[in-house]
Amino acid sequence: MASHYEAPIREPLVNGEKSYHDVTVDVAAPVEGRANKQWWIVFSIALAAFLWGVGCIIYTISTGIGVWGLNKTIGWAWDITNFVWWVGIGHAGTLISAVLLLFRQKWRMAVNRSAEAMTIFSVIQAGLFPIIHMGRPWLAYWVLPIPNQFGSLWVNFNSPLLWDVFAISTYLSVSLVFWWTGLLPDFAMIRDRAVKPFQKKIYSLLSFGWTGRAKDWQRFEEVSLVLAGLATPLVLSVHTIVSFDFATSVVAGWHSTIYPPYFVAGAIFSGFAMVLTLLIIMRKVSNLEAYITRVHVEYMNKVILLTGGIVSVAYITEFFIAWYSGSNYEDYTYLSIGAATGPYWWAFWALIICNFIVPQTLWIKKLRRNFAWSFIVSIIINIGMWFERFDIIVINLSKGHLPSSWSMFSPTFVDVGIFIGTIGFFFVLFLLYARTFPVIAQAEVKTILKSSGERYKRLREEGTSLAGAAADQRTALKPVAAKAPSGKTEIDKEKQSQLLNTIGAFDPETDQADDLKKINGIGPVMEKTLNQIGIYKYEQVSKMSENEYDLLDAITGAFPGRAQRDDWAGQAKNLIN
Amino acid sequence: MASKVIQAIYNDDDILMSAVKRVKEAHHHIEEIYTPFPVHGLDKAMGLAPTRIAITSFMYGCVGLTVAILMMNFIMIEDWPQDIGGKPSFSFISNMPAFVPIMFEMTVFFAAHLMVITFYMRSRLWPFKKAENPDVRTTDDHFLMEVSLSGNEEELTKLLTDTGALEVKVSEKH
Repeated sequence: MASHYEAPIREPLVNGEKSYHDVTVDVAAPVEGRANKQWWIVFSIALAAFLWGVGCIIYTISTGIGVWGLNKTIGWAWDITNFVWWVGIGHAGTLISAVLLLFRQKWRMAVNRSAEAMTIFSVIQAGLFPIIHMGRPWLAYWVLPIPNQFGSLWVNFNSPLLWDVFAISTYLSVSLVFWWTGLLPDFAMIRDRAVKPFQKKIYSLLSFGWTGRAKDWQRFEEVSLVLAGLATPLVLSVHTIVSFDFATSVVAGWHSTIYPPYFVAGAIFSGFAMVLTLLIIMRKVSNLEAYITRVHVEYMNKVILLTGGIVSVAYITEFFIAWYSGSNYEDYTYLSIGAATGPYWWAFWALIICNFIVPQTLWIKKLRRNFAWSFIVSIIINIGMWFERFDIIVINLSKGHLPSSWSMFSPTFVDVGIFIGTIGFFFVLFLLYARTFPVIAQAEVKTILKSSGERYKRLREEGTSLAGAAADQRTALKPVAAKAPSGKTEIDKEKQSQLLNTIGAFDPETDQADDLKKINGIGPVMEKTLNQIGIYKYEQVSKMSENEYDLLDAITGAFPGRAQRDDWAGQAKNLIN
Repeated sequence: MASKVIQAIYNDDDILMSAVKRVKEAHHHIEEIYTPFPVHGLDKAMGLAPTRIAITSFMYGCVGLTVAILMMNFIMIEDWPQDIGGKPSFSFISNMPAFVPIMFEMTVFFAAHLMVITFYMRSRLWPFKKAENPDVRTTDDHFLMEVSLSGNEEELTKLLTDTGALEVKVSEKH
């Protein structure tokens, strides 16, 4: 069909001979399988870091903010640095799922689910800092304009810190519903494949009873589009508002009108770096190399190159304006000669090298298509963007208007511990996500398969019609007689004949096989096993009672007592009628 | 109204599309189509009315903006018109720039959430809702078309088989 046309110059986005069913199987595999040893090792490390962070947070709150390295001059340091860093990381997720949707970028489909997950998990980390850096966090609810017994004492809507509350909570909640709505069809796919009853129940609950009607899809697409349209200005506004924390102040180096776009560019820059870090590992671990390909990495590197370029231009602008303004106070700001040679010279140069110089290597095609180099660069950018926020906050505060207040900052183990804790928490959430959620939006990937899948591109080039090309050998309906027993399960002949004697044998010549999967508790695998034994019909299943269930369990050796619990016979009786 | 439907299962989106067109041409009523992913153009081919969910979102956004303005006008200008850092609190407009970020956020918040809730209500989706797809394969790689039946079973079966349906069966309408 002409609608699947795509210019031959475009590289395929799904490699290999993938069919629709392959997408289903590949996406469901990590969810249906078991976690391996490496997963448990990494998870344990992340959990330990998280618990250590929880300890540090409890220590801070119960003892006081004085356990941090802050002083009277530098009242914000690691706390807000980490806050801005985590919020920034979150932005790439929304950019991928919203902005790239508006631009109809097909390559987003393999990465948007994980990028959105990353957004949500990193905004959760960010959301911790505004609470725990408070002196009296138990009064945090006072930031909300709730009618109260103090003559209705309200909040002051002039403060960017209050805008932050609105921005972050809106951002988190909108991202969450955007992500969840997109997950419904994928949860439904896992629900309909689930073999274990518990898994089936959980995914039925999560999928909200998604059935995939034409009308549902029509609304679904409209909702996605409108949400993308809303999330795009939202993502720009959120980091803008975060930048207002600094830009609306009178601190030299902070008071700068370039901050809103510059922070947003930096957020996308660091966010994409984090997406790359995670996905380069995930494609290996979850066997998704066919979906997250070299092309995806290259495209993301191009976005990094663009946003990194914007950030670099902003650095130069800041540097120039600091000189051009003629203001003496600007001499000691984070991007000035004073900063490059002052006591924080190492932080200044870390920023320049990590964000300005290293990403420029991505202009070279070989390097930006190289997984190992992309991975290294993405880590360097994450470090560099942490230093950017640290420099902005700490260097600018350390040498303010009054020399008698000049000061230095050094973190304590609690500052560091909380940061490590949030990294641990992030990975705890992400690792759990990778094992329980469909990490690729399979419903979306299936929509581009015929236009951008390697197999279908080849078929089209050969001049074959794509109509009918989606049929898959494994899910196609085949005459029952053709199903030769694969001999996977060793069948006890004696017990088998005993079982078939009571429930009746199946004659492929005269009888028609039923779809046993309709019975709750029988999945594709169990059906195959039953077919091997010689059970094809509801009638046979309906004749089973305790004795037969025991025989069946003895033969299959899987899920003892399962058939009885699910009442297969009763279900089969209903299906006959 | 007939209480029976005929269900045809396809395993290809392009075949489904041409089938929809043929069934429509033969003036049969398509009750429902279940697909594993959005098949573009399907709603048009079926003759579904366009959704109005974007319009509701716009209206919800207007509500959000109004709420934000009324709230901040009352709190900052009418209830406690205090001097906080020399900010002019004489009228809403005089301190308006400081209110823009929250006006914006509330607009987005209302527009997004209320639209999503509307979508969940209209499409009848909620946590304990039971799935209604008649065949589990429709979330994997099969497509199911339900056509209403009124005594023309044989003719319809033949038509659907001709369009490339793999499996045609009559079932009670649920």
